Amino acid sequence: MADLSTNPAHRAGDRTEAGPRGRRPKRAFSGRNIMIYGTLIVVALYYLLPLYVMVVTSLKGMPEIRLGNIFSPPMEITFAPWKKAWAEACTGLNCDGLSRGFGNSIKIMVPSVILSIVIASLNGYALANWKFKGADIFFTILIIGAFIPYQVMLYPIVILLREAGLYGSLTGLIIVHTIFGMPILTLLFRNYFTSVPEELFKAARVDGAGFWGIYFRIMLPMSLPIFVVAMILQVTGIWNDFLFGVVYTRPENYPMTVQLNNIVNSVQGVKEYNVNMAATLLTGLVPLIIYFISGKLFVRGIAAGAVKG
Amino acid sequence: MENMETNISIKNLDLSFGAVDVLKNLNLDIGQGEFLVLLGSSGCGKSTLLNCIAGLLEITDGQIFIGGRNVTWEEPSKRGIGMVFQSYALYPQMTVEGNLTFGLKNAKVPKAEIEERVARAAKILQIEPLLKRKPAALSGGQRQRVAIGRALVRDVDVFLFDEPLSNLDAKLRADLRVEIKQLHQTLANTMIYVTHDQVEAMTLADRIAIMRGGLILQLGSPDEIYSRPANKYVAEFIGSPSMNFFEGHIDDSGFATQGLHVPLQGYDFAGPRPQGPAWLGIRPEHIASGEVASAHPVQMTGKAELIEPLGSDTLVRSRVGDRQIWLRMDGQIKPRPGDELPIGFDPAMASLFDKDSEERL
Repeated sequence: MADLSTNPAHRAGDRTEAGPRGRRPKRAFSGRNIMIYGTLIVVALYYLLPLYVMVVTSLKGMPEIRLGNIFSPPMEITFAPWKKAWAEACTGLNCDGLSRGFGNSIKIMVPSVILSIVIASLNGYALANWKFKGADIFFTILIIGAFIPYQVMLYPIVILLREAGLYGSLTGLIIVHTIFGMPILTLLFRNYFTSVPEELFKAARVDGAGFWGIYFRIMLPMSLPIFVVAMILQVTGIWNDFLFGVVYTRPENYPMTVQLNNIVNSVQGVKEYNVNMAATLLTGLVPLIIYFISGKLFVRGIAAGAVKG
Repeated sequence: MENMETNISIKNLDLSFGAVDVLKNLNLDIGQGEFLVLLGSSGCGKSTLLNCIAGLLEITDGQIFIGGRNVTWEEPSKRGIGMVFQSYALYPQMTVEGNLTFGLKNAKVPKAEIEERVARAAKILQIEPLLKRKPAALSGGQRQRVAIGRALVRDVDVFLFDEPLSNLDAKLRADLRVEIKQLHQTLANTMIYVTHDQVEAMTLADRIAIMRGGLILQLGSPDEIYSRPANKYVAEFIGSPSMNFFEGHIDDSGFATQGLHVPLQGYDFAGPRPQGPAWLGIRPEHIASGEVASAHPVQMTGKAELIEPLGSDTLVRSRVGDRQIWLRMDGQIKPRPGDELPIGFDPAMASLFDKDSEERL
């Protein structure tokens, strides 16, 4: 009440009457709010509870796990299961833990992601802006590719890779990932580039920029958000892939997911739940980190790209 | 314009998208330094024609000459044109300076010359303080100025405008319209300007081409188009409110329509005096009202029905018999609905069109 003039009730020449005035008050516990927040809390718990159990279990020793209180926090925190999962757990003949699979997965993911995004963005750009003869047919065929079940193509690709001498190698798997990423990524890029105002493209042509000039100087700088989206899709997709990894590589080239499976499903000896949990968390860490980092980048990308033509 | 050297020549231009013919055997010659406006309602092919001249659309048949050179197969950047778009089409990630220099860098113009040209364009368009800004930080008018600047730095002979003012509010549109006219007087280069706004067309053009369905219906100076429209469509399209039309019959004594006889002594026929069914059109501003009406050869009495005061003028919808007639009065006269108005017009100011072909008589 230091300054009366800021209080509407004391404004000079106030002509309002008794009754509702100004902004309508909002009720915190309206039916709508209870529904929205109630649902959100239930869903959050549904997803967070298993994660909680995994984290807690991975930090316990085996004797403590045998007590059976899966929800109780660890009495004595130990990182030994994590160390074992990373460097000592045995899969098949090797006993160097997940570290080998991690290295393989990185070696598979990085080139696949880069290659598929480069090719798909060029595809999308050509389809959206340079209407060439047969562009629509090409696009339709590509999209149909997205609907063919992977199982149908597994064996033919085995033969193709064998004939090319790439079966079992990382290169073969990288090519497979790049090809299978094409339909959805091309669709993504094509739709994004189609939404870029056509006049911008025309202006660039009048300004003498060609196919590559427009791609690198006009389209690319405007398309950061869609590149981030494509990267998230590809990183998580390729990292989480199990089927192609197990089919097209040899044991020494197995990606992390396949190795995780081999650790968790090994039948000999005691089930080391804490090691299994730690191994699973380690494997899931990369997509998780990508989400955390690029989530921010994603929002910033959209904000930076949100310029009216 | 007749003795002017031809700068752009469009010969037998055809354009079709699949089975749809958008432009049909179109011929057009544009003089050096001429300001030509392509006018028409949406879908008439005016923007398409401009895109063909720019080289942004591949034509189906015909030829395009710019500056005496056959550019039919040339890239847009090699045609010696600059283009300004409706949505400005500024590159959002570049500064104003980057936008202005992009084309010059692509053309490998020496750095010193780029600076010189940008400085000159920025001075002409008064955008010097904006050079380091991004397009997002500019107002609509400033953006369009930059877009014009991008055409200006190219140092070309021909400017193409594709509805450049349509995205601006009324006040800015009027301001920029004047600036474009000023620019044309200063630079004296050829400009082709596409619009659906007849005020822009009338004020800017040396010549107007009125288009419909991929054809040019009339090509002439604004005055010709206004006073001697070639057909009923053009007559209706130009002028606001639209021309008043009477359906009737031409015979030896003049034009006869229900309850009205118009002698045609003062009328300048396009050909020999015809007979038969016809339209007579008279513009609202050519209908006099009040005392002066008695001085005109044709006189009626109308009853004011609806008044639209515009300040400078007053538009009145009046009723004569079962006809509605729009007239334009001085803004100082303030009639009320229901007032009886003596009105009259001079047939010399009217236009006659054939009933069937709708061509000017």
